[in-house]
Amino acid sequence: HGDVSAKFCSRRSADALRPLPPRLQSPDVFATAGTTICDNRISIWSSGDLGNAGLNGEYHGEPRLLCDIQHNGDVMDMQFLDQERIVVASSTGTVTIFRHHQNNQTLSANHRWEKAHYHVDQDTSCGGAACTGVVCSNPEIVTVGEDGRINLFRADQKDAVRTIDNADSSTLHAVTFLRTTEILTVNSIGQLKIWDLRHQRNEPSQIFSLAGDRVPLHCVDRHPNQQHIVATGGQDGMLSIWDIRQGTMPVSLLNAHEAEMWEVHFHPSDPDHLFTCSEDGSLWHWDASTNVSEKPSFLHQGGRSTAYLSHSTINQSVVSAWLSNDPTKDRMEITNLIPNQTLSVNSLDVLGPCLVYGTDTEAIYVNRQLFA
Amino acid sequence: GPGRARAARAGRWVRRRAGRDAGRMGGAGPGAADEHRPVTVVPGAVPRRQLCFAWGPAEVLVCETLFGRAGTGEGAPSTSRVFVVRRDQDIYIQTLRKLFNESHGIFMGLQRSEEELAGKSRKAQLVQVSKNYRSVIRACMEDMHQAAISTRDPALQGQYSTQVSILSAMELIWNLCEILFVEAAAAGPLLLRLLDWVRLHVCDVDSMVREVLSSENPSKHKLFWNVVDIFVLQGRMDEARHLLSKEASANPTSMNMYKILDDLMKKMPVPSLGNTQTLTELELKWQHWHEECQRYLQDGTFASNPHMESICKILLGDEDAILEKKELMTTWYHFLVTRLLYSHPTVKPMELRFYAQSSMDLFLGGESSPEPLDMILMAAFEFEMHQVIKECSIVLSNWWFVAHLTDLLDHCKLLQSHNLYFGSNMREFLLLEYASGLFSHHSLWQLGVDYFDHCPQYGRVYLELHIERIPLSTEQKALKVLRICEQRQMHEQVRSICKIMAMKALRNNRLGSALSWSIRAKDAAFATLISDRFLKDYCERGCFSDLDLIDNLGPSMLLSDRLTFLGKYREFHRLYGEKRFPEAARLLLTLMTAHIAPCSFWMTLLTDALPLLEQKEVIFSAEQTYELMRCLEDLTSPNPGSAPFQDDDVETTKVEMLRLALARNLARVIVKEGTVEGS
Repeated sequence: HGDVSAKFCSRRSADALRPLPPRLQSPDVFATAGTTICDNRISIWSSGDLGNAGLNGEYHGEPRLLCDIQHNGDVMDMQFLDQERIVVASSTGTVTIFRHHQNNQTLSANHRWEKAHYHVDQDTSCGGAACTGVVCSNPEIVTVGEDGRINLFRADQKDAVRTIDNADSSTLHAVTFLRTTEILTVNSIGQLKIWDLRHQRNEPSQIFSLAGDRVPLHCVDRHPNQQHIVATGGQDGMLSIWDIRQGTMPVSLLNAHEAEMWEVHFHPSDPDHLFTCSEDGSLWHWDASTNVSEKPSFLHQGGRSTAYLSHSTINQSVVSAWLSNDPTKDRMEITNLIPNQTLSVNSLDVLGPCLVYGTDTEAIYVNRQLFA
Repeated sequence: GPGRARAARAGRWVRRRAGRDAGRMGGAGPGAADEHRPVTVVPGAVPRRQLCFAWGPAEVLVCETLFGRAGTGEGAPSTSRVFVVRRDQDIYIQTLRKLFNESHGIFMGLQRSEEELAGKSRKAQLVQVSKNYRSVIRACMEDMHQAAISTRDPALQGQYSTQVSILSAMELIWNLCEILFVEAAAAGPLLLRLLDWVRLHVCDVDSMVREVLSSENPSKHKLFWNVVDIFVLQGRMDEARHLLSKEASANPTSMNMYKILDDLMKKMPVPSLGNTQTLTELELKWQHWHEECQRYLQDGTFASNPHMESICKILLGDEDAILEKKELMTTWYHFLVTRLLYSHPTVKPMELRFYAQSSMDLFLGGESSPEPLDMILMAAFEFEMHQVIKECSIVLSNWWFVAHLTDLLDHCKLLQSHNLYFGSNMREFLLLEYASGLFSHHSLWQLGVDYFDHCPQYGRVYLELHIERIPLSTEQKALKVLRICEQRQMHEQVRSICKIMAMKALRNNRLGSALSWSIRAKDAAFATLISDRFLKDYCERGCFSDLDLIDNLGPSMLLSDRLTFLGKYREFHRLYGEKRFPEAARLLLTLMTAHIAPCSFWMTLLTDALPLLEQKEVIFSAEQTYELMRCLEDLTSPNPGSAPFQDDDVETTKVEMLRLALARNLARVIVKEGTVEGS
């Protein structure tokens, strides 16, 4: 599958990893983090895709470490705030902004909210609660944690702008933006909640939940163009697609992994493609474009590039493939991108033709030719 | 800390080997008792102070005692420290984690590999696995080497260099085992493999060659003949001839001599890898060539050039001539291979032991005694596989090497006859030790799980013991541990982990999380405990916390009676809130009559009935009212079996109010029902 290069980081890598927002066309820099106790580090890597690096004859397929810095506690999640700043969620409950100085390739802690998440009492020496998820929309940062708390920070303000204590009675596992003022959270009793941050009421504006056994949900992502389409992944490895305009239950439940689904991501620019990774050591590529591209292939029998163009225009007009009644049968093309992997794939991210993922064998992998 | 303990053990490789035949296989190994092993000093402990200890799964807790210090009591500092002494300290070396992680994948591949593959293809597969292991060792060595170069800290540099030498020794041993045991090369190809082995591991000649070739006049370079000799000693004839041609062109007087030597070198018969010639053919050719060399030497062709003469002697396998180049060979096993090349090219595997022993004796010449590495290689040449594993266990500071090598040899079906007097077999014993070491590491423990899975006899027990001791720092980690247990039907461990997590959540006042953990473990007793906490909170505050959870219990409500009650009671409140009074009333009554509600809660339920009794509309039917009355009487009548009803003023007033309300309701309902039925 394409050109996958691996790098063993020699530390529990990649419980969370994110490519930088694209500069030019290729996402050539990404960040990883480890989750070991005593030597946790945040690292910035260059994926080694230096384009025409033939000049110095030193083209390396391997990702290259640019810089790293110590981090306190396991990294539970991380997100780029902008080109230079990364927000990191720690198992100690602390949320930190790190700045990547690109001129001299160093990392430094830019701002820190100690114990943004905590149990019982924020001032006691112990009692930090793991911050499980973070999402940014510069300058706003939203974090959720095992304490069921939601925090809204602004990168330039010392104190939290808003805190919803006891927002959830169970653990909040992940958070993402729905719109600029609304967020989505998933929790450990199978609920998907919408919160409107403009409202002062400390209650969700809508609650969706799985029927039957309340299987915990671990991850959530929103369709980049059609904001009413939301994907979540659960403890049983099931992928749920929700249409938040209607009903309180998922539109479709797709049998997927055999164990916890840790992350789900729509491809940011080609959202008919979805990627999920799991504790069972697999990483799946869900391609819902096949049923759409059948038709245009009659219209445009040109080269590959035309097919690709028609593809992207169709995205906006046709009802999303994700909401069609029967997305499982013979329509969705699903590929496991890593056969034979035995240990958990904890994190993934995708941007342009690049896929980055990190596993429990302390390695990160970069696949640069996703659609090749 | 582990760092210090590691420092104390650094440089073990160079330690003199201790009593070869002492101890028994398997009992030896890192941290195991061996009567010849040196004392391990606990760094930081007061010397000569009595220590006490307790065994852990992969560690030993050691602490200082006051024993034996009587009389010095007051003057001495009264520090009492506890030390954690680890058995497999290599696990904690950063740069080795790549080795552990990558080899895990190879190990898993080997376990999955097809045993059915017959003969040659199976052997090829096993050789490939062996090569993969070696390439991981080499990659690690490379990284370690880079780290040693780039660091400025001399202590760290020393540490890295030590690791490089240990890794390189491991690779050297593994490679030899691969040739002799895994591939089991036959006479002929065996020699070629050994030559490759020597070429790969003898410190690189290449830099010396480059220096010589880049000089203005190579043949005049002081290292010129050294390089030629090295090529000859390693059997690299083409390269040797290429260099010699430079000498010939620079020195026309020796042209004739050169041509003869060059011809001899060109004609030297070598074993082939294919089936193009039989061993007998080779031996015949060899004999012929040997005689030709002998002739030239005897008629003094090379007499005027001592360098060329010595090369000719080497070609003839002259032991003294070869030994003269001791400095260039540096090791006895290089000497052994050179000697075999020029005197016994068709050596059979079983003959190796004689040549190996005599080569070592000749090479060391009584000047120095063999190092542990020498003894391991010797054991390999003697085909004493168990001895190799035993020696490596004693000498190496990690279990990685022996565990993986033994597993590979076991897959080659070479170790089956050997049974230990304890445990199951050697493969499993070593894998268990290695995996136990992994489990003591905060992030490598997940690799250990797979190793335990492939230990049929004791793996499960080990896993059960270790998995319960993983610190559950975050819920995510707990989920990972839980998944491992669930996949293996380890119900006891699943229960215990969920209980730990539920207890933690309860302590943090996270009732919702606590409940979802006990639901996952199907732990009814704990669910009851948490439900009681919810109900207690309700009684104290008059409102429910965590409504999002209680309203969405779903089928999990049936896990415990108390949980069912909690869910139903909350449903009552919801119905009441939605002004669906008849339904609310029916539910409330059922909670008591069907004994869903605990008796201690009945008073609260009856009090909840009060506002319903006071509604304008009549809600409870006559029959329902009688039932409510019976409930109240059951509660207030002194029952010999149950605790006496509390008879304070508040309660008495409450009971009186209830009776009054019930009586009034009964009156109203009789009138109403009478009217309705009458009409």
